[in-house]
Amino acid sequence: MAATARELKLTPIKNGTVIDHITNGLALEVLRIIGATTLDKDSTVSVALHVRSNKLGWKDIVKVENMELSPRKVNAIALIAPTATISIIREFKVREKRSVDLPEKIVGVLHCPNRNCITNQAEPIESEFDVTQRRPVILTCVYCDREVDEFLPYLA
Amino acid sequence: MSLHGRDLISIRDLSREEIEAVLAAARKMIPYAEGSKVSHSLEDKVVAMAFFEPSTRTRLSFESAVQRLGGSCITIADASVTSMRKGESLHDTIRMLSSYADAIVIRHPNEGAARLAARASDRPVLNAGDGAGQHPTQTLLDLATMQEAFGTLSGLKVVLLGDLKYGRTVHSLAHALALFGGEIVLSSPPSLALPDQARRRLEHMGAKVSEQPDIRKAVRDADVLYVTRIQKERFGDESEYRKVAGTYRIDASVLADAKPRLAVMHPLPRAGEIAPEVDDTPHAAYFRQAFLAVPVRMALLDAILAGGPKGG
Repeated sequence: MAATARELKLTPIKNGTVIDHITNGLALEVLRIIGATTLDKDSTVSVALHVRSNKLGWKDIVKVENMELSPRKVNAIALIAPTATISIIREFKVREKRSVDLPEKIVGVLHCPNRNCITNQAEPIESEFDVTQRRPVILTCVYCDREVDEFLPYLA
Repeated sequence: MSLHGRDLISIRDLSREEIEAVLAAARKMIPYAEGSKVSHSLEDKVVAMAFFEPSTRTRLSFESAVQRLGGSCITIADASVTSMRKGESLHDTIRMLSSYADAIVIRHPNEGAARLAARASDRPVLNAGDGAGQHPTQTLLDLATMQEAFGTLSGLKVVLLGDLKYGRTVHSLAHALALFGGEIVLSSPPSLALPDQARRRLEHMGAKVSEQPDIRKAVRDADVLYVTRIQKERFGDESEYRKVAGTYRIDASVLADAKPRLAVMHPLPRAGEIAPEVDDTPHAAYFRQAFLAVPVRMALLDAILAGGPKGG
């Protein structure tokens, strides 16, 4: 796959994950989701902010070496940056590329915004939301029924 | 579909047909609730009352319902005397209770507590109010009161008055009224208006929803005036509570232009929202409403624990 000059603003990685088409300005949140400051393995993270994009106008890109994202992290990215795509790179080649689709349930990714919700008390349970609308995304807390349409402030 | 073995967490757990079946069974339970007939349908059953928040009517009517059906109760009436004070989670408390009882009735100050309890318990759980969330058995007895007064639930014009923001009874009731094609008139101080989310849901169900802050105008052509208490415990800020408390009161003059058959309802306890002079008018339906709690809860417990009425 021929790399364009624009993509080369970030060094190609041998193995790892490229998160592309991130809504412009949200790369730092994506870094927080993937835990970029607490990686304990041989893994370099590179970030490009405000990159020209045909689809989005402007976008951010994050590349993480030697790491594939857990489904929970993918779900969290899907909530805050639904246009993002995730490519798994092995031996410099894109082995798998997909958009971040939301499953029907989102577990353990967000705190319920309702402070009085039982999931925000000291109980041995994880938050759990049903995806009750997809465009734009609305989640409903399975426990307290609160609808959520803003996700950034509530990421776990 | 049978309610046997099922949880009742939200009124949305029930279809219109299931609600109608519970109300029909509740009508048959009235002589048993009054003590003129005797039932043994829960004879071998133990029902746990897990009340983590103060309650008089709900707990006593549930206990009465169990005992009128020949069952027995074990009760947590004050969470401060349980191991939760030692830091035991609700999850573990319920898990333990579910091994002592055949069903659990729970009231809790946190929204979602009843759903958690249902997941922690392998016995049926009935929600008797979770925070500002759901209170489905109250809704069923509210519907039973309206049905008894009007013979039908279809097409009633119901004014919901008071705390429509924190009042858990109105959220459940409004949903049920929408199921039966009622017309809902919202009348509240602006700071206690029905949350947008709740209103959107009602409109999405096809309910006719309007607002009328002027109580006199609102009751003029209404069938039911449903009054709620402004609950001090739901306010984080006492100054907000004081601003709102006492801004509305139903007395004979408010009801002067009402239809003769207007039914005034209230989940009780009242805190000055309805003047005592209304008690002696034909409009007062709230004491009948409080009584109907027993046959409605009997019908539910019977359906959930014993599979419902056997035969006619």
